[in-house]
Amino acid sequence: MKDGIITFSRLPKITSYYSVVGSKEHNGPLGDYFDEWCEGDKFGKDSWEKAESEMQRRALAGALRKGNLVSDSLDVILAGDLLNQCVGSTYGLADFNVPYLGLYGACSTCAESILLASCLYGGGLASLCGAVTSSHYCSSERQFRFPLEYGGQRTPTAQWTTTGSGAFIIGGEGKVSIKNAMVGRIVNKGISDINNMGAAMAPAVIDTLTRYFSESTHSPEDFDLIITGDLGYEGSEIIKDLLLGKGIDIRKNHVDCGLMIFNRDTQDVHAGGSGCGCSAVVMASSIVPNLERGVIKNVLFLGTGALMSPMTLSQGESIPAVAHLVHLSSN
Amino acid sequence: MDKKEYIEYVESRSKKSPILQNLIRAFLLGGAICTLGQALLELYRLFIVELKDAQSLVSITLIAIAILLTGIGIFDNIARVAGAGTLVPITGFANAIASCAIDTKSEGFVMGVGAKIFSISGPVILFGTFSGVIYGIIYYIASMIWG
Repeated sequence: MKDGIITFSRLPKITSYYSVVGSKEHNGPLGDYFDEWCEGDKFGKDSWEKAESEMQRRALAGALRKGNLVSDSLDVILAGDLLNQCVGSTYGLADFNVPYLGLYGACSTCAESILLASCLYGGGLASLCGAVTSSHYCSSERQFRFPLEYGGQRTPTAQWTTTGSGAFIIGGEGKVSIKNAMVGRIVNKGISDINNMGAAMAPAVIDTLTRYFSESTHSPEDFDLIITGDLGYEGSEIIKDLLLGKGIDIRKNHVDCGLMIFNRDTQDVHAGGSGCGCSAVVMASSIVPNLERGVIKNVLFLGTGALMSPMTLSQGESIPAVAHLVHLSSN
Repeated sequence: MDKKEYIEYVESRSKKSPILQNLIRAFLLGGAICTLGQALLELYRLFIVELKDAQSLVSITLIAIAILLTGIGIFDNIARVAGAGTLVPITGFANAIASCAIDTKSEGFVMGVGAKIFSISGPVILFGTFSGVIYGIIYYIASMIWG
């Protein structure tokens, strides 16, 4: 690691990937690109928590199948979700019988898992790693907000938790490599509104991107896409505005997973999608395949996480956030 | 930019809830619920002599309708439009209890439904009862003094 930027002595690659989503995501603009979806979001299970675990199971099984791999070939799985104790991952991945490391990075978990898997491969500590992430609208609503059938109104800045799971296999084979990465710092700028998480997470993105561009030789123009997951409309506008003030112009190539996954005009999602499954399925369905095909060459992926709990919010604390960066490149 | 400046910056730019639109919708849909209540009262009065009994039956009917609509997954869609229009009448209270019951069923009837059914309506019940006690004491003292 030099000046916060992690480079790898052997280059990690995305060997395989797979996405599983719910019906609202399937009906969104990226609907046709997901590998698998389920009508009704229950995935054949009788609770939302079990449904989320089943999504993770299907995502990893799908990624292994797509890459002609067996679970025994994995040295370790790095996985996480939004539920307490990461039960979405533990129950979903238990049957694979692979060494497991649980991660909690809220919506940054996808980037965090890819980053850590790359470190394990890049450092020669593992030859094949799984990186799995999920979120489920129904299990998250229950944990963080209100019962599903509770009749309330959402504010315009609120985001909609994505139902989806994305799995990536990181190893030495593949057409997309992870060039370098940067671990985010925890940034808390005093936002305490759970319905404006984009604004809470935006300063973390600004912090990481500013550090990255000042420490690396890269500038925003070097990237086809700078993709954040998931700031939604509000957070995206904030980072573009504030970074411009710092002389970093990302207006041309910035996209956000939360804005890509749903149609904000017709799907009643207010500021866009959120949840750690959001960036995972957008990356696995739309970004990595285009890198593989060479349609785009270089992508900066920033996973952004709001690291609060309902308890700290009730106690009046503001929302700390983190943004991890991964630089993906087509070979 | 320090914390205070950032909060001010975010508040100045974030889109606010459409208050006028919300007020109009709440007025119309809340008014519709109250009109339904009045219609039911007139109807029940044809069969029930005591006004108080008929009024209680109106409340019970509105609660039953709200719980039924919650159970079949329609209430939250109406409430998303109506806002305070469905929240303020007794329908909102019924929904707050029924939605918790449905949501926590997977954790069992005792530790799930039993323990969490009042998690949203709890404050209303607690402070409603509490203010009733305070009012009762004031009423008692006042009636002792002024007879």
